[in-house]
Amino acid sequence: MSTGQVIKRAKYKTSVKDPGTPGVLKMTENKIVFRPNDPSSGTKLDMEFRFIEKHKITKEGSNKPPWLNLTNSQGQSYIFEFESFPDLHVCREFVGNALAKSEDAPKVVSDEQLSTADLQRRIKLLQEDSELQKLHKQFVIGGVLTESEFWATRKKLLDIDVSRKSKQLVGFNNSMILDTKPTSDGRTNKVTFNLTPEIKYQIFALKPAVRQAFLKFVPSKMTEKDFWTKYFRAEYLHSTKNAVAAAAEAAEDEELAVFLKDDEILESEARRKIRRVDPTLDMEADQGDDYTHLPDHGIFRDGSKEISEPQHELYRRTLSQDLNRQGAVVLEGRTVDVELEDPRTVAEALARTRNESIGNTEQGRLDRISQMTQIEDLQTPQDHPFAPLCIKDPRDYFDSQQANAVKTLNDSQAKFDRCRLSPEEAYGSLRKSIYKIKTVGLSDPIVSPEVALMVLNGLTQNISSTKSLGKNSQESVLDRLPFATKEELLHHWVSSQELLRHFWSSYPITTPYLYNKVSKLKDAMSLLYSKLEEIKAARSDLRHQVSLIVHPMQQAIEAALSHYDTDMRKRAARGAEKPNGYV
Amino acid sequence: MASAPSKLYTGSSFFLSDKNNTHVFHSYSMFDFVIADDVSLLVVLMDTNPFFWSTFSLQFSDFLSHVLTFLNSILLLNQLNQVVVIATGRNSCGYIYDSSTTSDHGLETGTMPALSSNLLLKLEEFVDKDEQLGKVDSEGAIASSLLSGSLSMALCYIQRVFRSGPLHPQPRILCLHGSPDGPEQYVAIMNAIFSAQRSMVPIDSCYVGSNNSAFLQQASYITGGVYYKPPQLDGIFQYFSTIFATDLHSRTFLRLPKSVGVDFRASCFCHKQTIDMGYICSVCLSIFCEHHKKCSTCGSVFGQAQADVLSAANRKRKTLDT
Repeated sequence: MSTGQVIKRAKYKTSVKDPGTPGVLKMTENKIVFRPNDPSSGTKLDMEFRFIEKHKITKEGSNKPPWLNLTNSQGQSYIFEFESFPDLHVCREFVGNALAKSEDAPKVVSDEQLSTADLQRRIKLLQEDSELQKLHKQFVIGGVLTESEFWATRKKLLDIDVSRKSKQLVGFNNSMILDTKPTSDGRTNKVTFNLTPEIKYQIFALKPAVRQAFLKFVPSKMTEKDFWTKYFRAEYLHSTKNAVAAAAEAAEDEELAVFLKDDEILESEARRKIRRVDPTLDMEADQGDDYTHLPDHGIFRDGSKEISEPQHELYRRTLSQDLNRQGAVVLEGRTVDVELEDPRTVAEALARTRNESIGNTEQGRLDRISQMTQIEDLQTPQDHPFAPLCIKDPRDYFDSQQANAVKTLNDSQAKFDRCRLSPEEAYGSLRKSIYKIKTVGLSDPIVSPEVALMVLNGLTQNISSTKSLGKNSQESVLDRLPFATKEELLHHWVSSQELLRHFWSSYPITTPYLYNKVSKLKDAMSLLYSKLEEIKAARSDLRHQVSLIVHPMQQAIEAALSHYDTDMRKRAARGAEKPNGYV
Repeated sequence: MASAPSKLYTGSSFFLSDKNNTHVFHSYSMFDFVIADDVSLLVVLMDTNPFFWSTFSLQFSDFLSHVLTFLNSILLLNQLNQVVVIATGRNSCGYIYDSSTTSDHGLETGTMPALSSNLLLKLEEFVDKDEQLGKVDSEGAIASSLLSGSLSMALCYIQRVFRSGPLHPQPRILCLHGSPDGPEQYVAIMNAIFSAQRSMVPIDSCYVGSNNSAFLQQASYITGGVYYKPPQLDGIFQYFSTIFATDLHSRTFLRLPKSVGVDFRASCFCHKQTIDMGYICSVCLSIFCEHHKKCSTCGSVFGQAQADVLSAANRKRKTLDT
């Protein structure tokens, strides 16, 4: 690596079976070159490291010769047979370094320090979103914004993309591990339980006592196998529902008793949870409602009814307890992120997470009690600072509205009055029309085909645009416009949003860079403004609808432009005092 | 059966006086055995306001030409279809055509089908009469036409058809209107609209004037008819035949233009002005543009004590549904 290149004698094979061409392999920082000893041989190789995806070597001591196998991204492999293993190791190290370097290399592109991943993500976003692509083309390639400025406002978009990539967390298996059924070979009385690391993890999570016992006993007192055998024996006793037998077994075997008794850790946890319940709630009162201990109450499981036997209460476990515990653990989710292979590490990790959650709950409980039992009437009133809401006389508004309405009404009447004729003239012209049609007859054709086509097209457009009117009146204005106009307007809308966002985020102008940016944005905005005017003028028939949409856009742009103007004026006034630089 | 309703209506002044009523009902009697759900009775209310037509871009003669063709095509669509035309004048209204009573014989000229020459003859008579009526109070200068009158006539006609027997054509009203709304007719028009709604008669409106007509918008909206303002006036026949020729049965399968917005503004009862906001009598729902001590419609006396004490802003105001 330090020398920058490695030259070794080697045989180049295109496949494993290939006898190989002897020659010299020369590896520089970013290239692999193989020159055969026989210059006439065609098996030359000259390739760059960035095409290599992985490399493999044969193990020293195996009966294979020292091979280095390089695979490119297409899956094609290049095999080099070296004269000795030391040669191979030197080369392998070099290849390893070179590959690591070529992976890092593209990270240093352009002034913005973009990783290829970033760049690819951007390209992908642009490809997926044609709207974004249009904007990008318009502003970045049009020179209004720089690449980084354009993406700066879209960090979120990029982030979302990243988070979407992150691996989905695997939750806790929802099946009851307690239902792990033994398999029997049928000949002997032996039953076999199949344990996977996953099941072990589940058992540890569900039963802290087993976990504790495992940590306590396993390497010192018994082997792991013995431990699990004992555990399943206890489980088996439970499943027979024979509490008497369980009690008898427990008396004989101290370790077995651990599994058979109610889990103390669980109990203490439950107690802690109860303490977290609203302190004003009387949990004691609810205990009276528990009737499951009464005879003839219980849940069928495995076809047998659980009937409580008070004398063996200690060794009894009900299905509801099991279900609740399972539910709680599943809801908690996977809290430990370790390899599941070694049961001991899993058990330790689980024990750690359990301990963390025990904090100073007592003080919190007392605080909550005092909060809950507060009586509002006895508290000092909580004064929020407020400003009185000031609404102008609503009559002003109504009156102005009415005045407007009357005005429009008068306008329409005035218009009509203006062109009023004398009744004689009016009736005369009407009579003349009737006479005309009497003499000339009906026009033929009544409608010219061109006009009829126009009418039908117009009607089709009108009807199709009002299709979804009932459901969404918001869209109606835009939908009534011809498709091209609608698209254009939507694009202008997005552009204006983009420009305005950049414009306002550049204030206050503190650097010459921002100053330039703002003036560029201003030019783009005034261009957009005139474009909007053009649309309004072009669609004279839909002028009202178009202006409804265009007006807010123009207002926003006007506000930005006027802000720019006032800011420039201020700047010019100050400029006399501070000729250099921007404030 | 055919003669029974005639007893009820003999002497009704608003039917064409020169026609024999028994003849009318005789022609209905054939519906007793053959009538389909797509047989229509189309009552066309045609605006003949001379002030409107003399100032409007579309020539009245052209308009008539389109309308006459349309009426012909309606009659051709179904043998049993029936067309009635009512002229909406400035000072009066009148029936100018009824396909069930007019015998289309002998009047056919070289240039005109019989229907058209009949109608035009009647129209001329009507215009003369309308002008004479106008001379009585010539200085009134009302720009609007008597839409309320023609609507009422149409509804009366339809009522008579309803009572002619269990089998009658499906009636609908088509307003071909151009002159602006007359706010003074608000109450009469609204009453007509509601009675049309009650008798399930849709009012279609084809408004050719410059602005939209709030009355017709409401009429079509309330009765479930179609309001349309054709943008292409030289192709108005195309609109007629595409939109307004569809019978009520076919409308269940067709998508006709829907009005985008309806102007629901009302006119006040006191000054007949169109208002956005006004006072409503809590007893009879009459609308007023200003506060009154007493309702001029039902005579209820409005509470006064509160209004004197409180400021003007607290007076009871009620927004009309707009």
